[in-house]
Amino acid sequence: MRVRRTLVAGARGLWLTGLSLVGSAALFSLTLVSLALLPIGLGWLTTPPLIALTRRYADQRRRWAHDWTGLRIPDDHRPLPRPQPGLSGLVQHCGRLLRDPATWRELVWLWVDMVAGSLTALLPGVLIVLGIEGFVLPVLIWKGVIHDYQYVFLYASDPTQVALMPVLGAAVLAAALVFNPKLLRAHFRIAAAFLTPPKAELAARVARLTETRHDAVDASAAELRRIERDLHDGAQARLVAMGMDLGTIEALIERDPAKAKELVGRARTSSAEALTELRDLVRGIHPPVLAERGLDDAVRALALRMPLPVEVTGRLPGRPEAPVESAAYFSVSELLTNAVKHADAARMWVDMEHAEGRLRISVGDDGRGGVILPADGTGASGEGGVHSGLRGLERRLGTFDGILAVSSPVGGPTLVTLEIPCALCSPKTSSS
Amino acid sequence: MRVVLAEDLFLLRDGLIRMLEAFDFEIAAAVDNGPDLARALEEERPDVAVVDVRLPPTLTDEGLQCALAARRARPGLPVLVLSQHVEQLYARELLADGTGGVGYLLKDRVFDADQFIDAVRRVAAGGTAMDPQVIAQLLSRRSRDRPLARLTPRETEVLELMAEGRSNTAIASKLVVTERAVAKHTSNIFGKLQLPPSDDDNRRVLAVLAYLDRG
Repeated sequence: MRVRRTLVAGARGLWLTGLSLVGSAALFSLTLVSLALLPIGLGWLTTPPLIALTRRYADQRRRWAHDWTGLRIPDDHRPLPRPQPGLSGLVQHCGRLLRDPATWRELVWLWVDMVAGSLTALLPGVLIVLGIEGFVLPVLIWKGVIHDYQYVFLYASDPTQVALMPVLGAAVLAAALVFNPKLLRAHFRIAAAFLTPPKAELAARVARLTETRHDAVDASAAELRRIERDLHDGAQARLVAMGMDLGTIEALIERDPAKAKELVGRARTSSAEALTELRDLVRGIHPPVLAERGLDDAVRALALRMPLPVEVTGRLPGRPEAPVESAAYFSVSELLTNAVKHADAARMWVDMEHAEGRLRISVGDDGRGGVILPADGTGASGEGGVHSGLRGLERRLGTFDGILAVSSPVGGPTLVTLEIPCALCSPKTSSS
Repeated sequence: MRVVLAEDLFLLRDGLIRMLEAFDFEIAAAVDNGPDLARALEEERPDVAVVDVRLPPTLTDEGLQCALAARRARPGLPVLVLSQHVEQLYARELLADGTGGVGYLLKDRVFDADQFIDAVRRVAAGGTAMDPQVIAQLLSRRSRDRPLARLTPRETEVLELMAEGRSNTAIASKLVVTERAVAKHTSNIFGKLQLPPSDDDNRRVLAVLAYLDRG
């Protein structure tokens, strides 16, 4: 068992050495060249695929670290929206990749892996080969194949030292038995040291979670207050009025049937109005189509409600969790309403898809564009930009680690893409 | 006239049964869930079905799906769908087969017994009963539509009532005009919207709805 582990560690070490010397070195130098090409423009084309390749390369190493030594190396790539089509989208995407600290960590690790990583990985194999050499050498020396050779610190010219060679070989093999798995682990520890995000980033992540949680709590408290107010001033008041009318009717029904009949009509109107108000309230809390059909059809129903033609494409193979579904629905609703109000558009479109564990919805319009996503803390509207509630939307999505990307050149068209990491469950039971 | 009724809330189901019976309908079956409704529609072969969109066990659009499936099995089976909310999306699905005998109303409409019973009878006879809210949604969507903008306010009123599925006689009494006047308005409307004229009430309604739903 132990021997097997030692041999496996040796073989894996040799494989990793080769990979580090060739793969890491190649990726590192190519990325450097690509970064150097940024000023002349070509780098914007070559860098994103190289970074993506490096990520996959590092991810593979993370997997091996876990499978071979049980070491977990956390992966903390920032969630990125899919690049928008066109050159500007590519540059934007490249910029996002370069701003992600994980990208730079991986680049540094490539260099370390090439040097220290390959060396530590090489040792287990070296120990095994060296140990066996201690047994093979004396035979070759006695047969006269080798005359002048140095085995570690033993010389072939001295028969005593030749006799000691197997002893040293055995010692080296014993060392391999003890140290090989540990050496392989050391290789991955080096990788972990350079790939793991520093504590400061974790702290930032915690701060972000705290912030989004506050936002979520604030938003739901505000929502509850609004519902309470609406019920209090609306349906509740109408029911009181109805009860009063019914009481009066009871008193009048024999004395003044005509008047009683009039009041019955009024009570009916009150109940109809109460129902309408409740219906609108329900739509604002959780739209019935969303409950009945899910996001797909809810967005289609929403599109039909818009005063402008809205083309809806894409189908989701299942349903996201209810909170995600609701957040996505209200985001789309707000984006469409915004476009109708401010964009001066003639048509709009919505595209939905779910891929690689992410729900992605794009909402576009052919309006005047110029919508900007204000940077945090700079207020809602920027110079010349269309006033937008996008910041609030981003906060709402933030609760689900969702993100928002806006492409809206002045003159249009505007394309807002939102992405929420989520799994789909329970394929729809609906037949349509 | 035999009715199959599907409504999961006891109070509403009870009220509907009493109302329908008061107007001489025979309740063939009154059920409170989707599977029972499917079975009742299959076995009872009613003259008309009154169905709530949302039914157990899934509490999604089970009732609507049942109604649509039953109409696929038996084209033209009269179905009046009731709901707490109306959606153009659902209306479109109900009207898609173009065979008529379809109603889609807000539950509020049962407040007015006469109107509601009129709608049930209309649907049972192969006509259409669309909720005014559906029509309002359709019209507001087409507010930029040129042919629609050319209608006079009176013609728009007639168009709305016609789209709800009402006959010329009903429209005339509602607007307090003569039937001849309504007939004149309708032919004007069909002219302006460039729809082929038709004397058949039902086909006329479907043509208007199809026009409004386009685009």
